[in-house]
Amino acid sequence: MTDIPPTALPPKGTGPLARREARLAWGMLLPTILSVSLVVILPLLSIFWISVKPIGLEDLRPPTPVVRESLRGDPGAYVLRYRIRNSSREKPIEDVVLRDTLPAEVLVRATPPADCEIGRESLTCTIGTLAPGERLDLEIPVELAGAGEDTAEEALEASEPAMSGTADNILTNFEFTLENFARIFDGDEFLTVLWATLFYTIFGTIGALVMGLFAAMLLNKSFRGQGLLRGLYLFPYVAPVIAVAFAWIILFDPFSGSANALLVQMGVTRSTINFFGERPLALIMVTVFEIWRYFPLSFLFILARMQSIDHDMYEAADMDGASPFQKFWYLSLPQLLGILSVLFLLRFIWTFNKFDDIFLLTGGNAGTRTLTVNVYEQAFAVSNIGAGAAVAVVIFFCLLLFSFFFFRFMSREEGL
Amino acid sequence: MSAPDTEVPKPVHAPTPGAAARHGGLAAPLQFGYVAGPVIGALWCFTMAVVTCVAVSFATGRPLAPAFLPCLAMGAWLGFVWLPDGGRAPGPRIAWSAGLALVPAAAFLLLRPAIFGTEETGFWTGVVAWVLFGAASALPLARILQSLPFGSATRHEFEEAVIRFLTGFGYIFFTAIVFIPFYVMVMTSLKNQQQLLQNPLDFTIDLSEGWGLFRSYAELFTDFNFGSYLWVSFYVSVLTVFITLLFSVPGAYAVARLRFKGVKAFSRSILLIYMVPMIVLALPIYIIFSMVGLRNSIVGIVMIYPVTTIPVALYMLQGYFRGLPAEVEEAGLMDGLNRLQVIWKITLPLALPALASVSLYVFMIAWNEFLLAFMLLDDPSKFTLTRGVASLNSSEVPRQHLMAGSVIATVPIMALFLGLERFMTKGLTAGSVKG
Repeated sequence: MTDIPPTALPPKGTGPLARREARLAWGMLLPTILSVSLVVILPLLSIFWISVKPIGLEDLRPPTPVVRESLRGDPGAYVLRYRIRNSSREKPIEDVVLRDTLPAEVLVRATPPADCEIGRESLTCTIGTLAPGERLDLEIPVELAGAGEDTAEEALEASEPAMSGTADNILTNFEFTLENFARIFDGDEFLTVLWATLFYTIFGTIGALVMGLFAAMLLNKSFRGQGLLRGLYLFPYVAPVIAVAFAWIILFDPFSGSANALLVQMGVTRSTINFFGERPLALIMVTVFEIWRYFPLSFLFILARMQSIDHDMYEAADMDGASPFQKFWYLSLPQLLGILSVLFLLRFIWTFNKFDDIFLLTGGNAGTRTLTVNVYEQAFAVSNIGAGAAVAVVIFFCLLLFSFFFFRFMSREEGL
Repeated sequence: MSAPDTEVPKPVHAPTPGAAARHGGLAAPLQFGYVAGPVIGALWCFTMAVVTCVAVSFATGRPLAPAFLPCLAMGAWLGFVWLPDGGRAPGPRIAWSAGLALVPAAAFLLLRPAIFGTEETGFWTGVVAWVLFGAASALPLARILQSLPFGSATRHEFEEAVIRFLTGFGYIFFTAIVFIPFYVMVMTSLKNQQQLLQNPLDFTIDLSEGWGLFRSYAELFTDFNFGSYLWVSFYVSVLTVFITLLFSVPGAYAVARLRFKGVKAFSRSILLIYMVPMIVLALPIYIIFSMVGLRNSIVGIVMIYPVTTIPVALYMLQGYFRGLPAEVEEAGLMDGLNRLQVIWKITLPLALPALASVSLYVFMIAWNEFLLAFMLLDDPSKFTLTRGVASLNSSEVPRQHLMAGSVIATVPIMALFLGLERFMTKGLTAGSVKG
């Protein structure tokens, strides 16, 4: 054994080349990182902020002073009038100031009311505090400098008066509350939502996987029209959700839907069924829709994996006299287990996140309100943005939990 | 044996062919051809009866219904008769078959025919339905049962028959469930209000109306501004594709090729971000846009859409870039190109198919996107197509219009999909961790 001379060792640490490469890499990633953090990270943080705020939909429009400007009066006694109003009926506005440019055609006649300063062609009035819903008229006597009333009015309207003022904004102040969380975790409603979410997610995921597996086995052989069928089976996934959801609604309409007509005619049921309006049935129907819409996805993945299974194994099994079911159970299924579990995790997360489908089909009524639909329901139907954000926070934590499992698993099951 | 703490490979379950056939088990009585055949026949026959009735009803609007017991009786009899003889003397079989034919005949006479209609059905529709039903029951059944012996069957023969049955059933089942909603969508859009209310099952269209059939579409384009929606959707989607590629190509290249600290953390956070549900983001985006005044503007939409697709695109592209040979790029570097030139002149031309897949996939996401458009757009002059279709969902708009709108939204994406299926399928498999 001879000592290796130190010069033959690979260099330690980062050399200038490696540093340059890393710089280049971060430079190339920068646009992505910036845009993603702007649209994903920032909203995520703000969700946390909003979830502890008592904020409703109407608070999104902060209270502002509103002004309307007009020229009134008779020749010789013109008055420039500003009607000022607080847009909010609940909150006062402080430090209200009005600024306007006065055109050359308009001259201020007498001393204006207090707190107004007149500069060269400009007007600044300090109004102070506007009480909630307060209205205020500010009248300034003016005369027209050699111009008709119409031209003066036009000149006045050419410059919009500017208002400024500060009002307490619920979004930026430091008033916090836990009421939002108390509200969404409140008793029965939360349990219903949780049950709907779990039912939808678990059965939707498993159903789509099983259907996908079945479809993949059907198409895992070459025959004429195989490509055509494969394309057809992908339709539900490729078509816009809005189109297929409305097609389902019309197909299952309780009054004039074809499905009901068919069932009645075949004697399965006497009266028509309100598929998307009755309590246990609606949840089952949206789950069936989810399975219908996403089985193509599992089918595509599973088929791709099936076609890459080594065919020799099956020949060996044939030699050993294995029956078709045994080949499926002991050969195909173990080979597919990896992709099936990855698909399960992914689809589980995505089904959990699904919003559009249920929202379009039932609007979250009849016991189909899942957590994601609840975000919308709380924020927009009940107009309580804070509660909506609180639900979103709950969803986010569930997601963190799922992705923890996902990454634990994915690192073992590398290569999707 | 080995000590308990050493790792023992898990025993592989050795398949024991024929074990079940010998020892019986649950399926034991089924493994006689004369039991399995009629059971499969009954199931098949009933499936076909339902399929025939649904198909005839949807195609002609005439009522038709299957009868459960007669179907089973007829199918069981067919399954018995159709079992192959295996070269034995046919004499007793014919006698048995003829005798057993009394069962379906009795069911037919005492209960009702396997499929039956009312007076509205009409004679010829009934005849056609029966011919279809007979052919669909008998012919495939012969194939399903072709290798099932009359007597005791081996496990192989039995499972073969079951698989043939399941295969036939599967093709019909999947084709039906996929086809029916789209069929209803297209046919409803071609009818008028009165026809729809009269008979919800009647999807026949009167071809003599000619172009009049498309009146819903014409109205959508003239009165409901759908031309503008189509155009907005189109350019928003195209812009989304371009911006997405612009951001994700360098990012994906950096993740796939360059070495830097944090590459793993980065790709993980990309995957993580791409699992954040849209509704969670849509709420703060709505608030921020309301305050900044970007709500109700196409600019706002074009700013948001690409960001929702960049993570997907980055994830898909980096997978593809990794698969490209690094040597070509290194040769380019040796010849004096810099990294950006390498990407532009070597990597991108090699990755064209992947770019096509990613573009198509992103286009599809942007075209189909509904939630953000629904929340952020209020002004009908700025609607995307999905938002426009959603606005048709009111009691004042007749539903053939709603369906025509759905068709308009579906057709372009379907045309793209069918025309470029190869790329699209690849894109779906690579990227559809999202959905």
